[in-house]
Amino acid sequence: MTTIFPIEALSDERRALGLGVAVVVGIAFGFVLERSGFGRAQKLVGQFYGYDFTVLKVMFTAIVTAMLGLVVLSSAGVVDLAAIQFNYPTYLWPMIVGGLLLGAGFVMSGYCPGTSLVATASGKLDGVSTVFGVVVGGLVYAHVEPALGAFPNSGKLGALSLSTWLGLPAPIVAVFVVAFAIAAFFAGERIERLVAGAALAESPSGAAKKWIFVGLVAVALAGVAMLALPTGTAAAP
Amino acid sequence: MERNPNRFWNPYAGGVALGLVLLVTFLLMGKGLGASGATYRVGVWAVSGLAPAHAERVPAIAGMLEDGHPLDDWLVFEVVGVLIGGVLGAITSGRFSREVLKGPSFSSGGRIGFAIAGGVIMGFAAKLSRGCTSGQALSGGAAMSVGSWAFMLSVFAGGYAVAYFLRRQWR
Repeated sequence: MTTIFPIEALSDERRALGLGVAVVVGIAFGFVLERSGFGRAQKLVGQFYGYDFTVLKVMFTAIVTAMLGLVVLSSAGVVDLAAIQFNYPTYLWPMIVGGLLLGAGFVMSGYCPGTSLVATASGKLDGVSTVFGVVVGGLVYAHVEPALGAFPNSGKLGALSLSTWLGLPAPIVAVFVVAFAIAAFFAGERIERLVAGAALAESPSGAAKKWIFVGLVAVALAGVAMLALPTGTAAAP
Repeated sequence: MERNPNRFWNPYAGGVALGLVLLVTFLLMGKGLGASGATYRVGVWAVSGLAPAHAERVPAIAGMLEDGHPLDDWLVFEVVGVLIGGVLGAITSGRFSREVLKGPSFSSGGRIGFAIAGGVIMGFAAKLSRGCTSGQALSGGAAMSVGSWAFMLSVFAGGYAVAYFLRRQWR
């Protein structure tokens, strides 16, 4: 499938339509983040103090959901997974150092760059302050980039996917990721109970959780079964 | 429906909703969601307006300006949407209010200082790692990129490493 709005390639009224779609996608993104509690610093940093693992739960469930969608649609021949992965090349060392720094900045500010926008939209002054900081930090980087030399391009591995790295078909890797995520959810909930104790008696509805987990596992297994299809691009590691 | 600012979606249901938004974005645009890239473009735009001569002397900024108006990018439009969606979510849930979120015993001024400082670190870090929690960890993670997963695990590691020293902000 070709992308419906390959934004770089458009220069006419379809581009305007693509930008309109970007706004709509953003509205959905911002609304879901807000409703999940991502406009609140205390809820976000709870991840790092053990009293609230909402960040882990929302983020890993979202990653697993989108990943399974890509894997299944790729097996059905609807999506070109490799073309999407091409947009996410690996530069190992700057990504690890950047990740460590971003994690520290996260706990310091109470937000990540995306959630600080949601906090701003909710009227939170610490959120606007974080957005201001992110703007300044990006400009600081632009100024010192020449001094960093070759480091930002170090550990260059190209568009390396987990499946190429592990030498396994994407649907098999997806099953491992789902298993890893569900194990992390149970561990997170256990730590929440240990840290918050009885205060967390009103734990989120167990029925919805159970069906979501069952659904994710079912889709993951369906993805593996689809390896038998001739249309798939996901089978190659 | 009664508004309760302390009521949030079931995190797993919220995660599925977020994952579907991300999947639709992949299908429509060929790439995932993002945030810090748009924030950076606002900074480049501000510099080009306030100090155009200076902007020409910084290669990373001058390069972006050569490609056209810094705000003419789909990510900027997506972030405009994030702000609209955030306002809608906050108003309809009763969470919209002008306040500083912090622990009860920490000063507002100190909290704002930490927010700015943390933001500066994240703005720098997101450029170094070619994306933030949205563009790299979430989107690249779903695309099963090795670098995105290394980034995401590093974000958690970096957060846990400093959390103890910053705990007074939230008490």
